[in-house]
Amino acid sequence: MTDYSSNPTLRESATYGRDVIHEIQRAAETGIYDIRGWGAKRKVPHFDDLLFLGASMSRYPLEGYREKCDTRVTLGTRHAKKPLVIETPVTIAGMSFGALSAQAKEALGRGASEVGTSTTTGDGGMTAEERGESTKLVYQYLPSRYGMNPDDLRKADAIEVVLGQGAKPGGGGMLLGQKISDRVAQMRTLPKGIDQRSACRHPDWTGPDDLAIKIAELREITDWQVPIYIKVGATRTYYDVKLAVKAGADVVVLDGMQGGTAATQEVFIEHVGIPTMAAIPQAAQALQEMGVHREVQLIVSGGIRNGADVAKAIALGADAVAIGTAALIALGDNHPRYDEEYRQMGSAAGFYDDFQEGKCPAGISTQDPELSQRLDPVAAGKRLANYLRVLTLEAQTLARACGKSHLHHLEPEDLVALNVEAAAMARVPLAGTDWVPGQRF
Amino acid sequence: MCGIVGLYLKNPSWESRLGALFEPMLVAMTERGPDSAGFSIYGDEYDAGIKLTLQSDDADYDWANLADRLGAAFAGVDDWYRNASVAVFKLAAPEAELRAWLAEQAPGVRVLSAGQSIEILKGVGLPATIAERFNLKGMKGSHAIGHTRMATESAVTLQGSHPFSTGLDLCLVHNGSLSNHNRLRDKLRREGIVFETDNDSEVAAGYLTWRLAKGDSLSQALKGALKDLDGFFTFAIGTRDGFAVVRDPISCKPAVIAETEDYVAMASEYRALAGLPGIQHARVWEPEPATIYVWEHDGAKVEAA
Amino acid sequence: MKTVDLAEQSLRALNQSLHDGEMLSDIREWRVTNTDGAHNIACGLNDDISVDIDGHAGYYCAGMNQRASVTVHGNVGVGVAENMMSGTVRVTGDASQSAGATAHGGLLVIEGNAAARCGISMKGVDIVVKGNIGPMSAFMGQAGRLVVCGDAGDALGDSIYEARLYVKGRVGTLGADCIEKPMRAEHQEELAALLEQAGIDEDPADFRRYGSARELYHFKVDNASAY
Repeated sequence: MTDYSSNPTLRESATYGRDVIHEIQRAAETGIYDIRGWGAKRKVPHFDDLLFLGASMSRYPLEGYREKCDTRVTLGTRHAKKPLVIETPVTIAGMSFGALSAQAKEALGRGASEVGTSTTTGDGGMTAEERGESTKLVYQYLPSRYGMNPDDLRKADAIEVVLGQGAKPGGGGMLLGQKISDRVAQMRTLPKGIDQRSACRHPDWTGPDDLAIKIAELREITDWQVPIYIKVGATRTYYDVKLAVKAGADVVVLDGMQGGTAATQEVFIEHVGIPTMAAIPQAAQALQEMGVHREVQLIVSGGIRNGADVAKAIALGADAVAIGTAALIALGDNHPRYDEEYRQMGSAAGFYDDFQEGKCPAGISTQDPELSQRLDPVAAGKRLANYLRVLTLEAQTLARACGKSHLHHLEPEDLVALNVEAAAMARVPLAGTDWVPGQRF
Repeated sequence: MCGIVGLYLKNPSWESRLGALFEPMLVAMTERGPDSAGFSIYGDEYDAGIKLTLQSDDADYDWANLADRLGAAFAGVDDWYRNASVAVFKLAAPEAELRAWLAEQAPGVRVLSAGQSIEILKGVGLPATIAERFNLKGMKGSHAIGHTRMATESAVTLQGSHPFSTGLDLCLVHNGSLSNHNRLRDKLRREGIVFETDNDSEVAAGYLTWRLAKGDSLSQALKGALKDLDGFFTFAIGTRDGFAVVRDPISCKPAVIAETEDYVAMASEYRALAGLPGIQHARVWEPEPATIYVWEHDGAKVEAA
Repeated sequence: MKTVDLAEQSLRALNQSLHDGEMLSDIREWRVTNTDGAHNIACGLNDDISVDIDGHAGYYCAGMNQRASVTVHGNVGVGVAENMMSGTVRVTGDASQSAGATAHGGLLVIEGNAAARCGISMKGVDIVVKGNIGPMSAFMGQAGRLVVCGDAGDALGDSIYEARLYVKGRVGTLGADCIEKPMRAEHQEELAALLEQAGIDEDPADFRRYGSARELYHFKVDNASAY
């Protein structure tokens, strides 16, 4: 590729950059919007803009390798006879069999189980491999109800009613024909190879008043045994969290705009929803005002990559986090080993997001039998477990430095922000000041 | 996001029992709306002038004093009575002058309804509490509509509680969520409609007020609502001698109607109708999307929009 | 036959009993009274018992039914037999919206009318409605059969996949990608069997068949107006 940046006579438009020009040309050629996977790629204020205030004189730290810093979280204490206990507050977000290969789903189950946390089904039902390898499995209940059946519902350790996801709040799922294999088609009761358009609204309820009755139905069917989560994409978070609680949720799952998807319109991924960091304080405020913070648990997802993100999300008010994109990377997605194959598809390791095409060389976002075989569920599960341990250890390190014997004792007061945007969104002071934009003057 | 109930009596001999029949309907919708509740009740007609339902947040508000002052300003008050936090006044004076006088002379007093027949009573709290506060059970009248609210976006306050008054003897309750109310509110404000909250349902009420003030019939105004209001809604509307129900074209929010020779009853869920006398033999059906149903005392009348 | 009076017993107790294998091994026939529109009656059943519900039921009556035979002697609210897998649910009165939503199997018979979105996202269930159905019925219907002896509302079968629709009366409008298809002998036979199963006396020759034109199965620029 020619590097034009060294030619001072050429000036690129900030408004019509090369990427924009390319997209206009692509749209003009094809007449259809761009569809891709992954989450928002634009830069938004994120946890990186926050810093912890470690202990020194006014606060005392805990010894890193000797003094206890608990990570166990109990989910669903509000109504469920059998709340779900996870040993680390990092869970695996819902991703469907269909979007992912059976091997990838199995690996997610193996990795999560090894560290005592939960994994989650997706839009397309529960596979035997996944249930078999997951000691704690959350069953998603989605608008499409693909593969939804009461036998699997009763086998689940928790039920997650999905209203939306951070990558596309207000939108339905999408699975293109390349990935509707025989098995996926059979599980979803669809003709093989069609471009499947999922619903964006549940077929038999709309709004919190009717959701309350739906939750009661799910509880009646499962005899009030397991927790019921409500998952929302982050938008009008303060209201949505309040309504989820009013409708009877045990757990609220909040997915920020950086949250990933298997496939949706690029315009949706980049232009709808609010950043994860901005959503958590709204959710925490709603829970606190209703007097149920940490009684109705809050799981946060969308852009959680390291232990610092985990600790910061918890400090802002989350009880646990969920990872999707990062988990796939841990399994082997976008690995440099496949760079040549990514390049043949017009991408490169580290950039690949066309999960909808089903050509994933790592054998993860594909239904191609040969490609899928490349992913060894045992080895990939091991990598995921390693990664989950690192996330946990890192979060513990930060919590101990702040003098906390449980991750949940982290608070917003342990954080400061590096810039005004992050300070305003996270509602913590700008570093070195006591100024929280929009709060204190 | 709420529960709606309405009871319209066709048989005048039942009017002494209206409150007793209606209260369980309202309370049955508690789960759909535990935040606040309200109802409008039509009866005790006053033809000589206007009947105002006024409310004050001050529990010790001196209503007798207000009655004296109103009487002095407007050639006498024919009758007034207090009911918990509200008071109903009957006097012969033009509505606009009364409202202007109240705004100036009794700031903090809200006009919940105005007309010859309507009284609107509402408050924050469980439906049973609100019904008891105003002794709904003992009320008489020809028809009533009620609402239990699960607040979505706007605050849980008395002002945000339904029913919303939409003009003389007219009120509206809403289950659902509008998606274009903010621009519409701005437009209606420019047209002179006054809003007290950022509530979407109040915009629907204000929209009807506006259309009716421009000379539309209720049916015409509701047809306009079907075109101009975006989002999800089931509305129940009360008029001086009538009752209307309309759902948006997608009609996700529930509604069920029961009709006998003695009454028409409407609710979000059948549960609210289950205790009505003769319900076993009622014609029970679900209103169609984008269809305006109106009952008036000259007989039932259904028009397709 | 065991009778449960919902004025006396809680819904929770009823449903718990109906899920209790030991109790069900003794009692195969159940009757529920004083329903008064209660929600979630007899949902999540998983045994070939029979349940008679005397009176109107609320939302999600017989939801996710498996194997059981449930009869409601009255009307039902939203989502009767939603996501049913097998068994039979019969409603002698009317059904509110989303009757049989996403159901994968079994037979749902509605002797009165069904409101909007009847059979939405149906995935293999058979639904027979003696009266009329509301708009947007069989929306995104994936599999199964919907039989309507009365009229169908607007946008019938919008975005339909492989569900088959038989309507005797007038169809308001057809939804996107839904077309009338020829009624061949095998369809007459299929319909006759369904009517017989439902216990409804109608002549299959009076019905028309509708299904997917399969034009929306793949994203194409030509379809943009349908999205």
